Amino acid sequence: MSDDHEFALRCPVPLPPGDTVLLGHGSGGKLTAQLIRDLFVPVLAGDGSELARLGDAAVVVVNGTRLAFTTDAFVVAPAFFPGSNIGELSVNGTVNDLAMMGATPLFLSAALILEEGLPLRDLGEVVASMAEACRRAGVTLVTGDTKVVERGSADGLFVTTSGVGVIPDGVEIGPERARPGDVVLVSGPVGSHGVAVMSRRAGIEFEAKLVSDTAPLTDLVRAMIAAGDVRCLRDATRGGVASVLNELAEASSVSITAVETDIPVLGPVRAACEMLGLDPLYVANEGVCVAIVAPEDAEAVLAAARANPHGEHAAIVGSVGEGPPRVLLRTGLGATRPLIMLAGDQLPRIC
Amino acid sequence: MRFVDEYRNERIARGLLEEISRTVTRPWTLMEVCGGQTHTLIRAGIDQLLPAEIELVHGPGCPVCVTPLALIDEAIAIAKRSDAILCSFGDMLRVPGSSEDLFMARAAGADVRIVYSPLDALEVARRNPDRTVVFFAVGFETTAPANAMAVKQAKELGIENFALLVAHVLVPPAIAAILVSPGNRVQGFLAPGHVCAVQGWTEYEPIAREFHVPLVVTGFEPVDLLEGILMAVRQLEEGRAEVENQYVRAVGRTGNLAAQAVVAEVFETCDRAWRGIGVIPKSGLRLREAYRDHDAELLFPREGGVPASESEICIAGTVLVGRAKPDACPAYGTLCTPETPLGAPMVSSEGACAAYFLAGRARREVSS
Amino acid sequence: MCLGVPGKVVEVFEEDGLRMGVVDFGGIKRKACLAYEPEVDVGSYVVIHVGFAISVVDEEEAARSYELLAEMGNLEGIDLPQDPGGVRE
Repeated sequence: MSDDHEFALRCPVPLPPGDTVLLGHGSGGKLTAQLIRDLFVPVLAGDGSELARLGDAAVVVVNGTRLAFTTDAFVVAPAFFPGSNIGELSVNGTVNDLAMMGATPLFLSAALILEEGLPLRDLGEVVASMAEACRRAGVTLVTGDTKVVERGSADGLFVTTSGVGVIPDGVEIGPERARPGDVVLVSGPVGSHGVAVMSRRAGIEFEAKLVSDTAPLTDLVRAMIAAGDVRCLRDATRGGVASVLNELAEASSVSITAVETDIPVLGPVRAACEMLGLDPLYVANEGVCVAIVAPEDAEAVLAAARANPHGEHAAIVGSVGEGPPRVLLRTGLGATRPLIMLAGDQLPRIC
Repeated sequence: MRFVDEYRNERIARGLLEEISRTVTRPWTLMEVCGGQTHTLIRAGIDQLLPAEIELVHGPGCPVCVTPLALIDEAIAIAKRSDAILCSFGDMLRVPGSSEDLFMARAAGADVRIVYSPLDALEVARRNPDRTVVFFAVGFETTAPANAMAVKQAKELGIENFALLVAHVLVPPAIAAILVSPGNRVQGFLAPGHVCAVQGWTEYEPIAREFHVPLVVTGFEPVDLLEGILMAVRQLEEGRAEVENQYVRAVGRTGNLAAQAVVAEVFETCDRAWRGIGVIPKSGLRLREAYRDHDAELLFPREGGVPASESEICIAGTVLVGRAKPDACPAYGTLCTPETPLGAPMVSSEGACAAYFLAGRARREVSS
Repeated sequence: MCLGVPGKVVEVFEEDGLRMGVVDFGGIKRKACLAYEPEVDVGSYVVIHVGFAISVVDEEEAARSYELLAEMGNLEGIDLPQDPGGVRE
């Protein structure tokens, strides 16, 4: 009794009822993709549509030099969570988006939206973290902006960072470059960041030996690229590894098969996900990337990743096959099922 | 994780599958009652790995799915009040009411809070003495003890601004209702393990006798489910109809007496409407007289007016009693998806429709 | 029914007249109400549902029945998971 039917990821799904923005639009899943595809790209993408390429960063050419350019907004609540805070996150997140294009991140901007009443001490701590994170990532913050909004409008503070970096000659990385036969790697255990943040959120607090995995991945990526033909790189942030795999499959028009038991997850993260009824494959990360690598270089790239402190648990988790675009998961029991893109956020399964 | 991981062992699972194949000689239809069991079965692909003779149909064991539409509407109405805070388990938030769901109400400014435990809701009440905190008390017998304790504590500690919106449902009457319904094909049941951890299995013994069906109290991990299926199939092949216990590590025959006592102190049985199915007599719980001042339905009486209205297309009722599979529904995956659900089973993570969808099951063409 | 997760009681205390505990689930800990399992103490495994212990894990029964299961999988000497878990694949 086998199920040969492919799940049509392009099933026409009507926009949700109502004409307002929903929280799900920010989750990194299908609703986000819809918003980008149906509202942003058609209106904003100019000729050449680098925007439509939907990479982690845009690649633009200025006077013969390839630059990677990216922006990211950080609205995490609470702003302080185990292991880190919104400041460090905002620097690493943008640094990583640049690194995912193979670029050397160079300069950052930061725009802060502060809520009236935010303790200055908290702001000071965030800013200090940003400075430290820039130092560690080897980037310079060169410009910024500050706005204050009324109490109740900003959940403490929001941070938007933009970044620019240079892509060395010969480096060609993009979401559309996966081919059948390629190997899929993840650079570290998944789900740690999302669970660490959730462990502080009121209503579902628990004491956990968990910290966010936020980290600048520039050196890790550089080592991986030097070791072999890395064809795609994606920062597995909101929406988790499952969403990234779907995005890559879609962009490259290939199928990807992942092996559930090969995907690394820290023990406490798994336990937290069990308790809350979450699937770690959909939980946000801030220090994990997915790489699609030419098969002959897979072992070398894996070894290079493992030699880096942020890649010590790197693992080969799957392979790329012929299209049409879809992601399949081989489960612990040996059955294979589609790993779909979620529409919005997972809600903790309670009852 | 101990007592979890070892019940996911692939080799044991395969061994059980082989034994099931060796044991079965004719077609049998089994129902797993609990949504959590459905979830595991579909995610692990067990229904596709079982021999073709065994058909699994999915039961109404998703309390979120069977909560009456009118109560969802009422929860939303309460949430919108400025003098109330609505606390709820996470997956109630996306269940469609007549015109919206709690998530949308929250987006529009209603104070709706997700909690993990009813005691958390009690804490919210303590911290917000100027508003009434209503906890949406959804669940089967497993959850009743927790909800009972919360309201008992409220009474004992004098927390007057705490109330329950009660939507409790009971499993044995639902199983009996399925067995008497015309056209029932279910020949054996995997009984819900955690309901039985609380209640024991004495209530199922008369059902096994009267209807001559095997019931196996079963856990929630792949190995548990396969072992439960094996035990049920053995009974069927041997013509037996008993209540057996697969979930020995967590369930005893009489259950948790302390929990049952507090439930009996706080709640009494009543008739209950199951969304999509209809009224099943004596299949629900409501607060007893002594606790009625913590009853949200009395504190916030429903205004008459627009009657609750369901989608005409949704076939949740037939799915919940095992008469249809989600992937055969004409709206499955097209008009009805987790982000645009027509009915509760597509949005509850224990609902059968959601289990199918999230595991990527495609829509099947069904010949009439 | 519903999400019941086994965990190990690592601390017992009283709060508002209720017997409470801290339960360790494979490396993460959460508070839970032990009022329905008055016999448990530190070291017991309990099944927690929405913040309440509804059942004690019968470790002997579990071991006994698991031995039979292990035979079914042709497994000799199972390595039972130890909590807290490390990195698991």
